[in-house]
Amino acid sequence: MRRCLVVDDSRVIRKVARRILEDMRFEIEEAGDGLEALQACRRQMPEAILLDWTMPVMSGIDFLKQLRQEPGGDKPTVVFCTTENDVERIAEALKAGADEYMMKPFDGDILHSKFAEAGLI
Amino acid sequence: MLNEAEFVLIAREVKARTGAVISREMSGAAAVRLQPLARREGFSSVPELIAAARIRPDGALFNAIADNLAQSETRFFRDKQNFEKLRTDILPAAMQKRGHERVRVWSAACATGQEPYSIAMIVDDMRNDGLNPAIEIIATDLSERLLDKARSGLYTQFEVQRGLPIRKLIAHFEKAGDLWRIGDRLRASVKFERHNLLHHPGQLGQFDVIVLAHVLTSFDMATRASVLQRAAEVLAPDGVILIGAGETLPEDCEGLTLDSGAVRKADAARRAA
Repeated sequence: MRRCLVVDDSRVIRKVARRILEDMRFEIEEAGDGLEALQACRRQMPEAILLDWTMPVMSGIDFLKQLRQEPGGDKPTVVFCTTENDVERIAEALKAGADEYMMKPFDGDILHSKFAEAGLI
Repeated sequence: MLNEAEFVLIAREVKARTGAVISREMSGAAAVRLQPLARREGFSSVPELIAAARIRPDGALFNAIADNLAQSETRFFRDKQNFEKLRTDILPAAMQKRGHERVRVWSAACATGQEPYSIAMIVDDMRNDGLNPAIEIIATDLSERLLDKARSGLYTQFEVQRGLPIRKLIAHFEKAGDLWRIGDRLRASVKFERHNLLHHPGQLGQFDVIVLAHVLTSFDMATRASVLQRAAEVLAPDGVILIGAGETLPEDCEGLTLDSGAVRKADAARRAA
């Protein structure tokens, strides 16, 4: 079963995403900020990362820049999932190495569509 | 929920106007979808709206009811494989055949426009690949209400996240308040017109590609066949009709063959084989 790391400081968002992604047959690990996510990736790189932008300790964009420099950090497919919806922010995320980008609020249909776009399903 | 008499009346009037079949299971959903129309028209309930439609001689209320029940479910790049085929195979082949003439594409039953704009994005991709595609896109729907939205090129955040890759969103759209507006160049590349698929499409001219996806299933079998036959009559001899993923040719479709979602005239398919 493929693994997806869900990174968001909101427990509610993590729970909603977990429920949808488990239905899509992903094994889920959760992290509450970028630093926790980095530590999780150093233990075992997931196939997919669903990533919030604004979080305490380490933001999503800082995590992503760091991840892409880690050994094997080019492998995970990263889908941003954030309330940031300016074109400039989206372009910044793609430049930093995001594969897809999802704007909150989202539902199962959108998450499914974005994971399909990213080649994860 | 509509009562039996209301359901029978609405189903008959909608079928007469659009060909769409409303099943009894859809009765509850139809009542919900008619509530905003009832309010706009000054009625306190959907049954009142239907009662007024029954006695209004010009049929305008039934027209509005049919419009509001028109199929509007769509998304960008629905049936991704159809768009891949268009880009890599169907459009380049049509361009080669046409030479200096424009290739003509018809997006039939385009609803709120996601399908023809997806085709326009494919054409833009081909341009970026160094091709010089001269392609005219005509998009039609029965509903002026849906066409107005399509022409506006304005979509909600939910709509632009269904099927549209993020790189295409930032390449072709701009923010317009809480909405996203498709760029002027792409918007201008699609011509929207009202057309009822129950009528012959002859006035639209001849097409090299017709996209008739996810609409035939809303008709009964006889109407499916006649809509497809009429579309075939405005299809160029080597043209292609694309239907939706999982859709099949209705019975009594003589002279047409289906292969991987692409419908061709049987004699053209034989020539190609």
